[in-house]
Amino acid sequence: MGVEAREARQPWILLSPALTAVTLLLFVPLAFIVVYSFWLRTATGADQAGFYLDNWQEALGDPFYRDILLSTLRIAAITTAVCALAGYPAAYFIARSRGNKAILLLLLMLPFWISYIIRTMSWINILGVSGAVNWLLQATGLIGEPIQMLYNETTVVLGLVHFLLPFMILNVYVALEGIDVSLEDAACSLGSTRWQAFREVTLPLSLPGLAAGGLLCFVLSAGTYITPLVLGGPRDAMFANLVFEAVITQLNWPLGSALSLMLLAILGGLVLLYNHFLGMGQLMKGLA
Amino acid sequence: MGWQLIRGWAALVYLFMFLPVAVVVLLSFNASQFGSFPMTGFSFQWFVELANNDAILRAFKTSVILGLLTALVSTTLGVLASLALVRYKVPRRNLISTLLIAPILVPEVVLAVALLLFLNAVSVNKSFFLLLMGHVIFTLPFVILVVQARLVGIRRDYEEAAVSLGASPVQAFFQITLPLLAPAVFAGMLFAFTISFDDITGTLFWKPGGVETVPTQIFAMLRNSISPEINALGTVMIFLTVGLPLLGMGVARRMAMQRGR
Repeated sequence: MGVEAREARQPWILLSPALTAVTLLLFVPLAFIVVYSFWLRTATGADQAGFYLDNWQEALGDPFYRDILLSTLRIAAITTAVCALAGYPAAYFIARSRGNKAILLLLLMLPFWISYIIRTMSWINILGVSGAVNWLLQATGLIGEPIQMLYNETTVVLGLVHFLLPFMILNVYVALEGIDVSLEDAACSLGSTRWQAFREVTLPLSLPGLAAGGLLCFVLSAGTYITPLVLGGPRDAMFANLVFEAVITQLNWPLGSALSLMLLAILGGLVLLYNHFLGMGQLMKGLA
Repeated sequence: MGWQLIRGWAALVYLFMFLPVAVVVLLSFNASQFGSFPMTGFSFQWFVELANNDAILRAFKTSVILGLLTALVSTTLGVLASLALVRYKVPRRNLISTLLIAPILVPEVVLAVALLLFLNAVSVNKSFFLLLMGHVIFTLPFVILVVQARLVGIRRDYEEAAVSLGASPVQAFFQITLPLLAPAVFAGMLFAFTISFDDITGTLFWKPGGVETVPTQIFAMLRNSISPEINALGTVMIFLTVGLPLLGMGVARRMAMQRGR
């Protein structure tokens, strides 16, 4: 075999283990649940192979599922909006700061290293009946009895924002860092105010970063399973909780497949839409 | 004026991110009976309780073994794939990259259900093996992203120089490329380990009954009420997942600097 032929084959040898893993552990399983979603769970507990539309009718038609899907999307949208509003100024500060950027960025990365479950449950220490806020309010005599502030939709959003804010800030930061500061100065010297210069020059140029951060926040919060269980009440279930319920608790795997695919179609559709308009490059910049 | 406002806002954002975590650490040293305010004194009692809690120790062992195996498999696959993507002209490179990154673009719940149902159909039941496969597949994209970013900086000339000076390709790989790769491999392993160690959603779907990892153990303990033990465990986890990687980064930087000399 010639040197060139060997050279051409080498990358495929290197790639094959990873590609095999992704194929066998992701793509084939996804194809499998597509098939599985048309099977039927029978009264005996065995799954009947075939082509039945029952699961899809249930998943798409049942108002119970539809309501939870809508509230999941609402929670994801609110979380994304709060992350954008809270995160943008912080990212702007880091990008334009003359101080130690490396430290600010390192601090921003730290939450990624702190366990998700610890960060989520840490809010119980703050807002719980015997948490910091209630203790402070009682100690200062503002309230007599502790107030229950936890276990509602607001605390679910709070937990999600706490988890996702660094993703947003990093993505916006990466975009802002790529904008030449002198552009804003140029706008100012041409007679616009600082605020105008920001609104008409910097903000539009940073939108791809904001979109990348927004996509991550939305997709990750809409797929979340743990936060509503830890910080939400019994009525704050999100779509992933339904999937778990169907698959693990009820062992209704065909229905669980259909519900999973519904979530995948919606969130995957958003990713594809994003990719179509903005490309994956921006997203990868923020992730790496 | 405007800048002051932005600075103040940024400070609040940082406070928001770190205050709850700081409270966990603070409360873990609380001498009080309950895991809550007020602080009644400084005590290590909850760490002692932690060290005597068999369930937690078992969960810890499971998490560490799972994390190490995940890191090993995932980094091996990831480094090989990254080498191919960075070093060679691969046709349809973008498509291949997207395929390899795909596991993070799929919501974790969906990935978890698909893998569980498929492996079950080929008679792999909920087991440690299933857990490992799951952790490998969703850490792989992160490893590839991190390793690729590091690899871009390593030039191929060194290897070619070694080969032209008479080294065999295998010798060149082990004596030149691998040592240069070490920081990238190290970063990949650390990343895979941390992500695996922290995972909860997929793990809840894949774990066999009776097996707990640290996050699922904490989750199970939260069902009752928040005990000071959980805060202590949180403090240990924060030390392990923040302290150790920072240390590792320091070591990696030193290694890179010594090489640079």
